[in-house]
This record gives sequence, structure tokens and C-alpha cells, in this order.
Amino acid sequence: MIIAERKPIEEILAMVQDFKKILVVGCKGCVTVCNAGGVKEVGILASILRLAREKEDNPLTVDEHTLERQCDPEYIDQLDGLMSGYDAVLSMACSIGPQYIAARFPEARVFPALNTCFMGGALEHGVWAEFCQACGDCKIHLFGGLCPIARCSKSLLNGPCGGSSGGKCEIHKEVDCVWHLIVEKLMAQGKLDQLLEIRPLKDWSSSRDGGPRKIVREDLKI
Amino acid sequence: MKSGSNLEKVLTAGHFAVTGECGPPRSADDQVIRKKAQYLIGNVDSVNMTDNQTSVVRMSSLAGSLILQQEGLEANMQMVCRDRNRIAIQSDILGAYALGIRNLLCLSGDHQKFGDHPASKNVFDLDSMQLIQTVAMMRDERKLWSGQEMEEGTEPRLFIGAAVNPFADPFEFRVHRLAKKVAAGVDFVQTQCIYNMPKFKEYMKQAHDMGLTEKVHILAGITPMKSLGMARYMKNFVPGMDVPDEVIDRIKGVEKKGQAKAGLELAREQIQELREIPGVAGVHLMLIEWEERMPELVKEAGLLPRPVV
Repeated sequence: MIIAERKPIEEILAMVQDFKKILVVGCKGCVTVCNAGGVKEVGILASILRLAREKEDNPLTVDEHTLERQCDPEYIDQLDGLMSGYDAVLSMACSIGPQYIAARFPEARVFPALNTCFMGGALEHGVWAEFCQACGDCKIHLFGGLCPIARCSKSLLNGPCGGSSGGKCEIHKEVDCVWHLIVEKLMAQGKLDQLLEIRPLKDWSSSRDGGPRKIVREDLKI
Repeated sequence: MKSGSNLEKVLTAGHFAVTGECGPPRSADDQVIRKKAQYLIGNVDSVNMTDNQTSVVRMSSLAGSLILQQEGLEANMQMVCRDRNRIAIQSDILGAYALGIRNLLCLSGDHQKFGDHPASKNVFDLDSMQLIQTVAMMRDERKLWSGQEMEEGTEPRLFIGAAVNPFADPFEFRVHRLAKKVAAGVDFVQTQCIYNMPKFKEYMKQAHDMGLTEKVHILAGITPMKSLGMARYMKNFVPGMDVPDEVIDRIKGVEKKGQAKAGLELAREQIQELREIPGVAGVHLMLIEWEERMPELVKEAGLLPRPVV
């Protein structure tokens, strides 16, 4: 899923400092699962903003609404009729949400309350890590089921660099060296020979490098 | 001869090779390189010119290499994959050869997180293995990745180098990574600074047993310790560096004034020991910002005179 986290409150307060009435819009998709922008987080942010502005003697009216998803036009449509009277909308979805709202309501001032961080999964409660970079050409089966594109700091395809130490990456001792994990995994499986072949240059055209991407499924179009 | 470089000639003739290293300045001051060059002339067969090492912006390795060559040294131009994609890499290789570069050291490159531009974007379009393949293809097949061919005599005939670190983890894979670099087309490799001699010997035995020492010239990396502070820093803060306690203790056992001398003595002993290891074709002496001690080190280590081939 998409992992996001709320922006620092100071940054959000600065975004809305000139407004008197705003709508905070949450999303029940990925950002609910990663505890960044669901019903609960919308409520918490709204409270923080109200209190902060009360303290400044400059009250802010904050209304709350959470959509099923913000990355689907049919759910964005549900904001119809809810948008009037607000100076601004603060979206608590990944950055797709505020882009959809801004496109659907051209007059609205739309702000992102979250930073969209990466595609990943939970490691434990409250900890998430990156697992995929959406290169558009998955080859993890060649690497013991681990992705060196997303999980190696240098996206190396031919083995660990000289900075791998004690199973950790040279950039930080908290970051696992994915190549260490790949080598250990394939050694344990007796398949180290898979890593002896030189992996060719990657075709990055299916990745972001090829320009903004789009998938068209003719079988699903109405 | 693949390139006809001095380093290739020295190694092919079976001499024990000596390479040095030179870091370019964080300015456009060519005199920094010209001054360092004076300590290296006549003492080494080729000099690595680093490419924005540790991701700190410096004069480009191509410019630095050319300045070295103006001074009469032969450059071993380093190239990292961190800062250029396959378009820039091939273009820089063509340009470097056209300007007289004959040795190219292919590296992935330190992550920019360590340097003075941690906010920069990195490239890593290729990795070091694929960079080796690129240079070999351009030289031996006279081709670019696009399929574009070069007329005979217009291809970049470079002597291809790479780095290996026998001390990084996982150790079991290190010799296989060397084997991959050999398969990719590397002609010589320079190792990370060696302090753990038993581990290096084990690595060399593995390389020898796999027949790799017949296929690639292995130059053993040496960096003399200037002080106890440097030894401790190398041990604790440089990723992939293996400094055993015996090395620390030896420098620690000497009063501060004598530590530099002790470091050079240790380096001399290491060079003697390395010469005895089957498959070690030479030494790569990295005197980091300490080039002025190069003449003394090579003389006392019995590495002079350098062969004229």
C-alpha cells in the first residue's frame, strides 16, 4: 500500500493561517491502514488546528469528512454540495487525493496534509518500510523474492557493494543491506548460482523515467 | 595489448605494479594536482584520479586526470555510476579516450548521503558490473548500447579497472563478485585498504582456487595510518573497512609523535607480505592527503626503480 505520514503541524498551520473555515477530508484507503489520514487522524488534526488557532485568538472552523477513497472520481463526487462555504480543503489522503479534489473543484484551494512517502508494508505495529519502487517490470524472483531496486540504496543488480557491513547498508546502520539478505536467502536454498550470472542493464522505460505512466484496460472500459 | 597503457604494459610484463591515488581539489585550482604529482612522478606506474569521492564535489576526474598527464604521470581515471546515466557514461568514456586517458576504473560510487550534497538526486542507471561491461563492449565490439558501431580504430581502447572489497559482507559472496567482474571484462582490480591480512589471504586463496588470478591483475590496497585517531576512525566509521585490534594496538603503543612513522613501517611490512601472496600483481598505495610521504614509502619498501616498459 501507499505509506504516508502527516506533515509537521507547523507546516499545516502555515498553510491555513489566512483562512477562517476549512474542511479536512480523510480517506479510508491506504492512509487509514497506515494510520495517517483515516477518520481518527482527521479528528485529531481538526482538534489540533482548532486549539492552536484558539490559542492565537484567531479561531478556525474545521469540519471533518472522510471519503471511501480519494483516488476514484465516483467518491470525489460525494464532496458535491459539501464544498461551499469553505476557504480551503485540507486533504489527508496520499497526494492523489488533493490532486483529484483540485481537479474536480477548480475554484477550491486544496492543500495536502500528508507527505506521501513510499510503497511498502508494516514491519510491526507502528513501523513501515519501503518494498517497491513501481519500476513496472518486476524481477524479484531472480533475487530470492527481495527487490534490489527499491531496497538497495544504489539499486544494484549484481551483488552487494563494498559498503555492506554486518548485514547493514552503508547509508545507515538501521537500514538492512538487501543484498546481504538476498545472498543469505539463495545460499540457504542452495541456489547461489542464480546470482553468478551478470544481470543486464535494466530497461527503465517502464519506470517513472519513461514519463508519467498510464494503464488502459479496454476490457474494463464502459 | 588492449590499451597500451603504461599500467597494462607493466602488469603484462610481469612486474610488480605500483599505483597511487590523487584526490582533486574542491576548487578549480590545478596547482593542487600539479603539486601532488611531483611526489608521485617516478614512484608509481599510474595514478587513480578520484571521481567526487565520498560524494563531495571536486574538480572532475577527467580534468584532474588530464592535469596529471600534463605533468608526465599516467592517470587511472575513476568513474562512478552515481552521477551519470548510460548516455553520459558512454559519452564521457569516448571523450576521455579522445583526450588521452588509457585506464578507467569502474565504480558504483559512494551514496550521496555521505557527501556535501545529501539532498541531490542519484542516478545508478548502471551498476559497476554493467559499467565494466559497457567499457568492454565499446572497446572489444566497437559498439554503443544503442547498437551504433564505431569504425575500426575509432573505439576507446581502455584498460579496464574495478574495485573489490574482500572485507565487506557477506564474505562468502566476495570472491563470486570478483568472478562476475572478470566475466564482465575487467582487466585489473584494486582492493579496499588491507589491514586484516589473514582474511585477505583467505580471499586470495579462494580467487586463486577459482582460477581468477590467471585472468585478472589484482592490486592490493594499502593506506598507511597517519595516527591513532585515523586508525580508530577507519575502524569505527568507514563502512566495509576491517581494522583488527592488533593494528590499533600497534599504533597505540607508540607515542603520538612517532605514530606516523609507525604507520609507514606497518605499510612497508604489509607490502613485503603481500608480495609473497600468489596472485597479487601489485600494490595500490592510497596515501590520503599524505602524498608527500610516497617517495619515502616506495623507496623503503624496495619498489624502486619503477620499470620502464
